[in-house]
Amino acid sequence: MRRVGWLALPLWLTYAFLYLPIVVLVVMSFNASKTPYAWKGFSLQWYRELMSDDLIRQGFINTLIVAVGATVLATALGTLLAIGINRYVHSALVEAYSLAPAIIPDLALAIGLLATFALVGVTLGLHTVLLAHVVFGMAFVAAVVLARLGHQDQSLEEASRDLGAGPISTFWRITVPGLMPAIVAGALLVFTLSLDEFVIAYFTDGPSTPTLPIVIYSMVRFGVTPEINALAALLLLVSFTVVISAQRITKLTDAL
Amino acid sequence: MTPSPLLRISHLSKRFGQTVAVDDVSLEIRPNEFFSLLGPSGCGKTTLLRALAGFEDPDSGTVTIAGESGELDLLRLPPERRPINLMFQSYALFPHMSVERNVAYGLQRERLDRAVIRQRVDEVLQTVGLTDKATARPAQLSGGQRQRVALARAIVKRPRLLLLDEPLSALDRKVRAEMQLELKRLQHEVGITFVVVTHDQEEAMSMADRIAVMSDGRVEQVDSPVDLYTRPRTVFVADFIGTSNAFVGTLTSGGVMVPGIGMLPGQSVSADAGPEVTLIVRPEDIRFAPTGQAVLAGHVIDVQYFGGASTVAVRVEGVDRPVLVSCQGTTTLARGDATGLAWDPAAAVLLEA
Repeated sequence: MRRVGWLALPLWLTYAFLYLPIVVLVVMSFNASKTPYAWKGFSLQWYRELMSDDLIRQGFINTLIVAVGATVLATALGTLLAIGINRYVHSALVEAYSLAPAIIPDLALAIGLLATFALVGVTLGLHTVLLAHVVFGMAFVAAVVLARLGHQDQSLEEASRDLGAGPISTFWRITVPGLMPAIVAGALLVFTLSLDEFVIAYFTDGPSTPTLPIVIYSMVRFGVTPEINALAALLLLVSFTVVISAQRITKLTDAL
Repeated sequence: MTPSPLLRISHLSKRFGQTVAVDDVSLEIRPNEFFSLLGPSGCGKTTLLRALAGFEDPDSGTVTIAGESGELDLLRLPPERRPINLMFQSYALFPHMSVERNVAYGLQRERLDRAVIRQRVDEVLQTVGLTDKATARPAQLSGGQRQRVALARAIVKRPRLLLLDEPLSALDRKVRAEMQLELKRLQHEVGITFVVVTHDQEEAMSMADRIAVMSDGRVEQVDSPVDLYTRPRTVFVADFIGTSNAFVGTLTSGGVMVPGIGMLPGQSVSADAGPEVTLIVRPEDIRFAPTGQAVLAGHVIDVQYFGGASTVAVRVEGVDRPVLVSCQGTTTLARGDATGLAWDPAAAVLLEA
């Protein structure tokens, strides 16, 4: 006998609530009409216009520079941070502080970063956005890697030393491969977060190098164009791909 | 004549905060011997082993190992440069490498020639019978197979000394008995000195040439299994190795006077056993005797039959624990029967109380 779960109804309603806006967005990006109030047939014209928009293309390139740079730096630093915490920090408070940038409000982080950059006297630009993204990205990577370190057999590194490998050789041959799934998952996380990060970028970016979210924001101020729908749909595709592959990789290697 | 020792541990101590894990331990381990460190959990045997491997820094004491060019101060070398290998209790196989890459790992670190590595890995895999599992990942192996990979990975380095931390504890009973024989065979075959840490006295007794019994960070006694059993030097050893019946009393010319029970047969072999002694007598040294010849009298409270032998528990007035008596085959005694007990004075061991 199959029991009819009455909780299935709220489940599906919640899903509808979550995904309806996304479905509307994707559908409208293919709408031939210029206004969102009516469906006038399928069209790819907004995607074509998107490709020929210089402002958007430059914004996209800026965003890619920031996202790739921040991912590389945050992954390296975050992994080292996690290993350091795991090895030398025995205080839960210090550990919590290292992970805080991942959860403190973006606005607070953004204002703090802006104030710091002003204090140090750095001109704002893509490099400052990149650094800002490294700050929170590092915390995310560290959190993911720390979780993995928690259930890693400590004696693996000792076994490596015992078999004749020095500390550095052991780090590259045993520690890093063991953490690889977490490192990859952390990197993908930072990449997707950086890709559409607005608040911090808005505060720490210079006027001549807007990232894509800033470009979109300035376009939307004069009303949502179907071109924006197409752009958002594309971003969605990228994010979904990255998140799903991150999950796949973690699952795959957890089975080992 | 005993050969000059391979490993010499002298006055080694290690404390963690307030607890002394290893307390002034001195030991000599001879070449090609199968040596066992035996003791209950928390007695410091694993700390001692880890100090030898280089994963704990002792607070004081020295460890030297005989090398081609004289004695080598072990404690000054990092783990990767000690001519010693450790087989971890968890086996610590590298999960991201195949069996053959696990085994080759240590040889690659020595920067040996590719062909030499290949040949030695093949050889050792054959020795432990895992040739057909060479390309498998550790996760695909059974417990016994993993243990053999860990062993192969350590012996392929041809260390002067192989340390094994509870090598059989992760295996189930049947595989354990097989691996006991296997370990002994391998030790003979490869000719490496083995130091095995275990809490299982049967395991140590059946495998080791010599055993060091440890308690509270100290070495209680170092001897062959037979000597440990027949001539324990402390009450702890007598109690830990096998089963024993203990009586505390005062040594007199006619035996041991135990308050509340009377005179028990026993004779002093060493002069240093003071007036206060513990008399130890093994269950198989006690026999049932008619009232006239008995030194103790009581009634049977339990009979256990083990196939080849039986153990009878006898409650004696004035003794806290039931006196255990073992006899060959079956016994006609049943629960509730009254019986007398006796033993030969020479069979009893007298220890300082």
